[in-house]
Amino acid sequence: MGPYVLRRLGQSLFTVVIVVVSVFMLLRLMPSSGYFTREDYVNMDATARTAYLRNMGVLDNPAIQFGHFISGLAKADLGRSIAIYPRTPVLTILAEKAPYSLWFGLAALVISMGLGLGLGVLMARQKDKVADGIGTVYVTIVRAIPSLIWLFLIQQWVTGLLGWPMVFYGDRPVSWILPTASLSLSGIAWYAIWLRRFMVDEENRDYVRFATSKGLPRRRVMTGHVLRNALVPLVQYFPQQVLLTIAGSLLIESIYSIPGMGGLLVNAIRQQDNPIVQALVLLYSVLGIAGVFLGDILMMLVDPRIKLEGSGGAKAGKA
Amino acid sequence: MKRPMPDLAPELFRPALFDEAAAELTGYAHYSYWRSTMRTFLKSPVSIFLLALIVVLVTASFIYPLVSPTDPNRVDLDTATWNMEPGSGHAFGTDGLGRDLWARAWYGTRTSMLLGLIIAILDVGIGMIAGALWGYVKRLDRVMTEIYNVLNNIPQTVFLILLTYIMRPGFWTIVVALCTTGWIGIARFVRNKVLMIRDAEYNIASRCLGTPLHRMILKNVLPYLVSILIMEAALTIPYSIGSEVFLGFIGLGLPLDTVSLGNLVNLGKNNFMLYPYQLTWPTLLLAAITISFYIVGNRFADASDPRNHV
Repeated sequence: MGPYVLRRLGQSLFTVVIVVVSVFMLLRLMPSSGYFTREDYVNMDATARTAYLRNMGVLDNPAIQFGHFISGLAKADLGRSIAIYPRTPVLTILAEKAPYSLWFGLAALVISMGLGLGLGVLMARQKDKVADGIGTVYVTIVRAIPSLIWLFLIQQWVTGLLGWPMVFYGDRPVSWILPTASLSLSGIAWYAIWLRRFMVDEENRDYVRFATSKGLPRRRVMTGHVLRNALVPLVQYFPQQVLLTIAGSLLIESIYSIPGMGGLLVNAIRQQDNPIVQALVLLYSVLGIAGVFLGDILMMLVDPRIKLEGSGGAKAGKA
Repeated sequence: MKRPMPDLAPELFRPALFDEAAAELTGYAHYSYWRSTMRTFLKSPVSIFLLALIVVLVTASFIYPLVSPTDPNRVDLDTATWNMEPGSGHAFGTDGLGRDLWARAWYGTRTSMLLGLIIAILDVGIGMIAGALWGYVKRLDRVMTEIYNVLNNIPQTVFLILLTYIMRPGFWTIVVALCTTGWIGIARFVRNKVLMIRDAEYNIASRCLGTPLHRMILKNVLPYLVSILIMEAALTIPYSIGSEVFLGFIGLGLPLDTVSLGNLVNLGKNNFMLYPYQLTWPTLLLAAITISFYIVGNRFADASDPRNHV
């Protein structure tokens, strides 16, 4: 297992470098007018603008800029924000925002897994009966209608119905419920639909027929044989889901005004706050790749039949 | 000594598992993959209904702009015609500038459908060719796998937003942005299938028996791929329409003078408290389209799986 892990680590590192370099260079393609606030741009003349840009370091050769970025990184210095929180270190911003996304994300993940796996088992056991039908309707609605629409309607209707606050307040736990619940809805659907599919696939296998024929009660067959094997392909995605909770949800955080990470990236790109964009892309791609890596290893540990040298059997499709 | 027979009540027994497909296997005669797929697909009235609904909505959205004189962008200066309730001469009412929502809904559907269709065709076309090459040409494997890793690991929102900013918001920007990330997933899927099918035993056997290449491709490989590709196309359409709504929400969607379902939903959302119908009607139309495509895509995927054929 050792050499395999080392080689995979090397490959992952290589991918991280490519991702970061491409995003870094893409950012350099954006128009330089984006570095100014509107008043600044109007008030400055051409020479002042050039001086401002040179002072900021964006006129240097991109390779040199990348060098600065890397040497800063070695000193755990991700630079300072330019436009959003002028001159605040990026690390400070992340440290302040990440916990919101992390806690909401983890809470939602726990709920998604609990309810989603439960619903999946129920749907597989009651295949083609009422429970399966209701579950399918739920999954279809959540997955087919653009989430913005139902997230917005939930906020409007449920807060009106129960008299809960429309936005997030750090000191009022009742305002945390809806964001967490909304965040869980698509996760529940994801777990339910894939678990159902894998369980139904598994149910047609010979070993399941054998277990049924030898007289094992259906409940034992389902939990002891079918469920255990159906969970294997889902386990692969678990580390990535945990790690990427830190990225937050753009829609939910902006609908409920949660000061988390979700909207940060969009704002940073919009205001061309390059240090923040770079730091976030680096963070997300490292976490994403680490998640895939850990997922493969976890899957091998759970299912000894999976070979070390396989090319990461991506079974579940679009998440 | 004679022991009495135990009471063999029927509830002590359960029927053995019966697999209809396996039972039919012995009666296997004129099996045609496509006929079986279509028969399985059309067996459900829900599939037929949704397919018909898609056809009707799409046709209507393309015919309406040709026959209706109403301009969806005509702003009325008379404030009396602003925010009119549905019914009053305007089937879906009017929006905050007196624009007719019925007309806007159909123009919007047309834009969103076009967007979805173009993206689906490009994604599936590029994905199929790239995936087939990826599967057949061994030297490409390293490069393609790396491209896959990179595209798959940049958070998709980052990619969409960056591209939209670099290229300015517009119809083709969204097409390019969604296609750049969309094709690779399909390519990966096709590649895995091609690898599996190419070296499957029935293909080796077929090759040994001297089946010509074109027949192998048409009869042995293509049926497995075409169904996947149709399904992918059907599922890409609601996904693209949804992405346009999302991009509109973060201000990177189509320009506001373009009528699209995304713009309608986002405008309607802002006025939801006062004039809920401005959101409800476009949303219902949008949901009818995305749900239909989603279900039809999934049902077709089930029907195209030979294991579900009878």
